[in-house]
Amino acid sequence: MAPRAFSIIAALTVAGLVIGPVTAVILRAEAFSGFRPADWQALRFTLLQATLSGLFSVLLAVPLARALARRQFIGRGLLVALLGAPFILPVIVAVLGLLAVFGQSGLLNRLLAPLGVPEVQIYGLHGVLLAHVFFNLPLATRLILQGWLAVPAEQFRLAATLGMGRRAMWLSIEWPMLRGIVPGAFAVIFVICLSSFAVALTLGGGPRATTLELAIYQSMRFDFDLARAAVLGLVQLALALTAGLIALRVTALPVAAKGLDRQVPRWDRTDRWAICTDAAWIALAALFLLAPLLMVTLNGLAGITTLGSSVWQAAGHSILVALGSTALCLFWALPLATRWGEWLGLAGIALSPLVLGIGLFLIVRPFANPFELALYVTATVNAFVSLPFVLRILRPEAEAIRADYKRLRDALGLSGWAWLRWVFLPRLKRPLGFAAGLTAALSMGDLGVIALFADPDRATLPLKVYQLMGAYRMEQAAGAALLLLCLSLGLFWLFDRGGRVGSAT
Amino acid sequence: MALQLDQIQARSGAFDLSANFAVQAGQRVAIIGASGSGKSTLLDVIAGFLHPVTGVVRWAEQEITAHPPGDRPISILFQDTNLFPHLTIGQNLALALNPSSGRLRAGDAEKINTSLARVGLEGFSERRLSEMSGGQQSRAALARVLLQGRPVLLLDEPFAALGPALKVEMLALVAEVADAEGLTVLLVSHDPQDARRFASQTIVVEAGQVSPPQDTATLLDNPPPELRAYLGAG
Repeated sequence: MAPRAFSIIAALTVAGLVIGPVTAVILRAEAFSGFRPADWQALRFTLLQATLSGLFSVLLAVPLARALARRQFIGRGLLVALLGAPFILPVIVAVLGLLAVFGQSGLLNRLLAPLGVPEVQIYGLHGVLLAHVFFNLPLATRLILQGWLAVPAEQFRLAATLGMGRRAMWLSIEWPMLRGIVPGAFAVIFVICLSSFAVALTLGGGPRATTLELAIYQSMRFDFDLARAAVLGLVQLALALTAGLIALRVTALPVAAKGLDRQVPRWDRTDRWAICTDAAWIALAALFLLAPLLMVTLNGLAGITTLGSSVWQAAGHSILVALGSTALCLFWALPLATRWGEWLGLAGIALSPLVLGIGLFLIVRPFANPFELALYVTATVNAFVSLPFVLRILRPEAEAIRADYKRLRDALGLSGWAWLRWVFLPRLKRPLGFAAGLTAALSMGDLGVIALFADPDRATLPLKVYQLMGAYRMEQAAGAALLLLCLSLGLFWLFDRGGRVGSAT
Repeated sequence: MALQLDQIQARSGAFDLSANFAVQAGQRVAIIGASGSGKSTLLDVIAGFLHPVTGVVRWAEQEITAHPPGDRPISILFQDTNLFPHLTIGQNLALALNPSSGRLRAGDAEKINTSLARVGLEGFSERRLSEMSGGQQSRAALARVLLQGRPVLLLDEPFAALGPALKVEMLALVAEVADAEGLTVLLVSHDPQDARRFASQTIVVEAGQVSPPQDTATLLDNPPPELRAYLGAG
C-alpha cells in the first residue's frame, strides 16, 4: 500500500473537489427565483436525446454484436479493436468527420443529390443522435458481445442437436441473455448522454436542441448569469446522480473488456439468411465508424499545412493539460485503487465537468481571475473525470498485488517507499501505462470546461478546432482536427507502450 | 533462551487456537497435524500475522506479542511467494538486507554473494525466478533467510511443491544451515517422515489445541489415539 499520508491527501483532495464546487453551486443557486420555460425545454431535450441515443445504440448493437459473435473474417480483430477507439476519440474530431459524411455538403448529400433525394440535415436532434450513436454503438456492441461470448458453448451445441430454428434459438438462448445485458447497456449510455456537451454544442443548439449542459454554458458564456447556471447545474447534478446510481445497480463500468477476439461456436452459421444479414450489419457498421474517420484524415491532410501559429500554440496547451491531468489523476488513483477509493472516484461520473467548472469558477473568482486559470482548471477537471475509469483499470491488479505479496512485505518489514519503488509500481506498470494513456487521450480531446473559461490566448486544440469551425475555416479546422487525432492517439500509444515495455506482469 | 507461547488464545474467523509451550533456542521442532487443525494459524501467531486475543509471545524473555512481523527476531519461508518474481535474486536479497530502501550499501554485494554461495547458488545474483528451477528458488529463499540473520526460522511447508528427493535435500540443507547458525527452527509439515528426518521434537496440533513439544521418535513410534487416526496407523 502506498504510504498512508498519500491516501489521506488523495482522498481529501478528491472529496474536496466534489464538496467544494457542489456547495458553491448550491449556495449560488439559492439566489435564483425559478426555472424558465427554456430551462424546462432543455431538461426535456436532455432526457429525450439521452433516451433515444440509448435506444438506438442498443437496438443497432444487438444484430451487430451477434454478427461479430458468430463470424470469423479477416479484419475482425481490427474491427473489434476499433469498437474501443471512440472512447479515446476527441468528440470534436468525430463531429467534423460526421459533418464531412452527413453534413450539408457532405459525402451522403453529394451522392443523393443526383437521385433527387431531399438534402439530409445534420443539425438538431437527429445530428445529436447520430453523433451519440457513433460514440455509443461501439460501447453497446462491446457490452452485448461480451454477453454473447459468455453464453456457454454447450447451449448452442444442445440447440444444434435439438434442431432448433432461428426463433426457438432466439427465445431460449439469445433473448434471456439480452434481457440481462441490454438494460445495463442502455443505462450506461443514457447516463453518458445526459451530460452531453460537446456534441450538443456543435450539432445541437437553438431553443429546440439544447441540453442542460449546453444551457449552463450559454448562461455563463453569453448572459454571464451565474445564478441561473448554478440552478441548471444543480438540476443536472440531481439528474446525473439519480441516473448514475440506477445505472450502477444494473451494470459495471466497461473499460478494458478482454477476450472479445473469440468466436461463439454455433451451428446456425451456415444459414444463408444469417450469412447475408451478418455481412450487411458488419459492413454497415464498419462503414459508419470508418467513413467519418477517413474523411477527417483526408480533409485534414490537405489542411494541416495551412495551420497558423495559434493552432500550434493551442496544441502545446493541450499537451501540457493532458500531461498535467495524467500526472494528477495517477497521483490520486494510486493510493485510491481500493474498494472505498473506487466509490469516491465514481463521483467523477456523477458530477458533470461543467457543474464542476461552474463551482470552481465561483470558488476561484473572489481570489483570482478564473479565465487566467483556465488551463489549470481544465487539467484538474479532466483528471477528476478520468478517475473512475483509471480506478476501474488499476484496482483489480493493485488488489491482487497487495493480496499476493502482503505477507512477504510484512515478513521483510518493507517500508512504504521500498514497497512502492520495488514491488507495487513495477508490478502495476502495464495497467498504469494503459490508464495513463487513456487519461492523456481523454484530456487531450476534451471540449468541456475549457469552453467555459478560455480566452483566445489559452485555447486548447479541441477549442481551437471548434473556433475554426465557427469561423467556417473548414480546411484549417480539418487540419487541426487531424493534428488533434494524431496527438490523442499518439499520447495513448506512448503511455500504453511505455507500460508494456519491460512490464513485470 | 527460548521461544515461549504463554497461555495463547487466538481466533482466526470462527477458528480458535490454544497454545502454551516453549521451544529451547537452537532446537529443530516439527509441527504436525491434519489439514485445518491450526498449524498455519499457530505459525501466524508466532510470526505476528495474527494477534492473539490473550496470552504472550516471548523470545529470550522479551515480549514480542505487539511487534509487527518485520520487527520480530523471526524469518519465515511460506509455501509459495518467498521472493518477488519481477526482481533479480540480488534485488530480492538487497530488500531483505535494507527493507527501508532496498538499495545496496557498501559491503552488501559481498554479503549477498556469500549467502548465495552458502546455499550453492554462486553467480545467481542477476537471475530471476523464471530462470531458475523449483529447487534453486527454494535455495534462493533460504539465502534470503540467512541474510536476514534472525535467530528463529519458521517453515510453512515451503518445500511441498518439490519432488520427494529434492525435498529431502532441501531439509538437509536447512538443517545444516540451522545448526551452523544456531537457528531455532519450527517446521510445519503434513509428512511424519519430515518430522523424523528433521526434528528432534514434534508438536501435535489437533482441532486448535497445541500440545507441547515431545520427542519425535517416541511420539511417532507410539502415537496417541488422536494422532494415530491422522497417521493412518490404525
